[in-house]
Amino acid sequence: MGEKKLMRGNEAIAESAIRAGCRNYFAYPITPQAELLQWMATHMPEVENGTFLQAESEIGAINMVYGAASTGERTMTSSSSPGISLKQEGISYLAGAELPSVIVNIMRGGPGLGNIQPAQGDYFQATKGGGHGDYRLIVLAPSTVPEAAELTYEAFDLADEYRNPVVVLADGMIGQMMEPVELPDPIDPSEIPNKPWATTGIDGGEAKVIRSFALGAEQLEAINHDLQDKYEVIKREVTRFEEIGTDEPDILLVAFGTVARIVRSARRLGQEEGLNVGIFRPITLWPFPDERLADLSRKVDTVLTVEMNAGQMVEDVRLAVNSDVKTPFYGKQGGVVPTPEGVLEEVKKHV
Amino acid sequence: MSEKTLAENTAKMKKVFDRPKSLNEEKFSYCPGCHHGIINRLVAEAIDELGIQDTTVGTAPVGCSVFLYKWFDIDVIQPAHGRVSAVATGVKRARPDLTVFAYQGDGDFASIGTNNSTHAANRGENITVFFINNTLYGMTGGEMAPTTLLDQKTTTTPQGRKAKDFGYPIKMSEMLSELDGPTYITRQAVYDVKRIDRAKAAIKKALRFQVEGKGYSLVELLSACPINWGMDPTEANERIRREVEEVYPLGDIIERS
Repeated sequence: MGEKKLMRGNEAIAESAIRAGCRNYFAYPITPQAELLQWMATHMPEVENGTFLQAESEIGAINMVYGAASTGERTMTSSSSPGISLKQEGISYLAGAELPSVIVNIMRGGPGLGNIQPAQGDYFQATKGGGHGDYRLIVLAPSTVPEAAELTYEAFDLADEYRNPVVVLADGMIGQMMEPVELPDPIDPSEIPNKPWATTGIDGGEAKVIRSFALGAEQLEAINHDLQDKYEVIKREVTRFEEIGTDEPDILLVAFGTVARIVRSARRLGQEEGLNVGIFRPITLWPFPDERLADLSRKVDTVLTVEMNAGQMVEDVRLAVNSDVKTPFYGKQGGVVPTPEGVLEEVKKHV
Repeated sequence: MSEKTLAENTAKMKKVFDRPKSLNEEKFSYCPGCHHGIINRLVAEAIDELGIQDTTVGTAPVGCSVFLYKWFDIDVIQPAHGRVSAVATGVKRARPDLTVFAYQGDGDFASIGTNNSTHAANRGENITVFFINNTLYGMTGGEMAPTTLLDQKTTTTPQGRKAKDFGYPIKMSEMLSELDGPTYITRQAVYDVKRIDRAKAAIKKALRFQVEGKGYSLVELLSACPINWGMDPTEANERIRREVEEVYPLGDIIERS
């Protein structure tokens, strides 16, 4: 690992992407991810073959990603909720054409213009497919600034390995917060996989095509089957989670991102009162770590899901756990951040 | 003529016409009288003549343009409807050594993609755009495009396009020529030999400018869609000459090389 620095989440994500070998970054200004764009504007031109381009729109940015990713180069865009909504068509095309790419969403309050406070209202959009057609994105949810840097770096490897778009889903809190980060060392370019499928000119060989198009029904169904097969492999190989105090918990709390930190504080408060609050934190929101959660749920009567939305991940929790386990939800919306005391109070209603 | 004489004569002959190397063996499946086939061929010939087949990437989105990958023996990317200029920008910025062209219709370039088309031109992206203007949506079923002429009947203007409701035929090439970014903007047609020759020269120049790093070129090509115009191919060619050119005159609009 490289040197330790005090960095804002947005900056750590940007710098980590450059160190992961990202050489093409296209984005449009939006709060609360503006520092990410600004960091890229300053530092991308400093690296060899580094491209920074402020696009004419979010739609322009995601389609520039489509073009640059077609050449096999490591490519990224970032935005915040309303901007990510605008990118959905392009994301569906990226998934359909199987183009490795990284999309960062520093979530804010919605729906509509909402506000610029932190929120987690885009869980459905990221994990269930915000665009058209049957596709999946690998969705990584950091809960600290160092983890945001780490997962961003890894996102490029996952994107290349599975030829799939990867979303780093953080919220405005992680984007804006400053924490000490140990940045990864810059990647040796020879470690980035070759992409024989990339459209970089035929150079005497066969013509290559990047497309998400097949006119015939059977032909398109076959492509869909291949995609579904790939998603099954990703489910087996990529599922990540963290658990704390899950040996003999009195209750199990499920939370991701910023909320997982708050739930940790609630656990400490609970310990002072003799309560063992277990925590299960999905790091991959898709694939959702349902098998492990199902196992853990057998140890408790209640699995309480806490989110900064009206209850989105809780639907995956309910699908995963045993039907005789109670699965209440506690959430705050509109940029209101739950407090450890508020979470503990909710916990006490169920134990 | 004996077989021997035929062979001797053939050996003396010079080959003056052949299939461009940048096209594969697949036969075009465009409708009778459609100009896409002619324009596709001219683009392929220009690529051959510039010797850039190995390093050229085409981007062609939806509608009749989507089939470019079927006939061209070059790498091709199929972008979303209207996003061609943005996708071409992405390719070119990532790999400035490649020659990147966009091949898009009027609904794509001048309606749903106007934002991307305009800003790529304004940035002076070093790409080449072939903008096929047939005054309506062809494959989708003959609907009005922003380029549809006044009083022209389409499936969404069955009484003819009225300016009061639908505005005027958009003049993208003239609009973009007001920007400082573009290097070369021209409008051409391919309904007779003279115009095909001029169009070919323009297409080749536009690609050559990119190879020379001179920046953004746009070649608008007036194209016939006899099926959706309800005409035979000869009438369709005549319509371009008599009606379409009245609104969209041929010739170079800017050249700043």
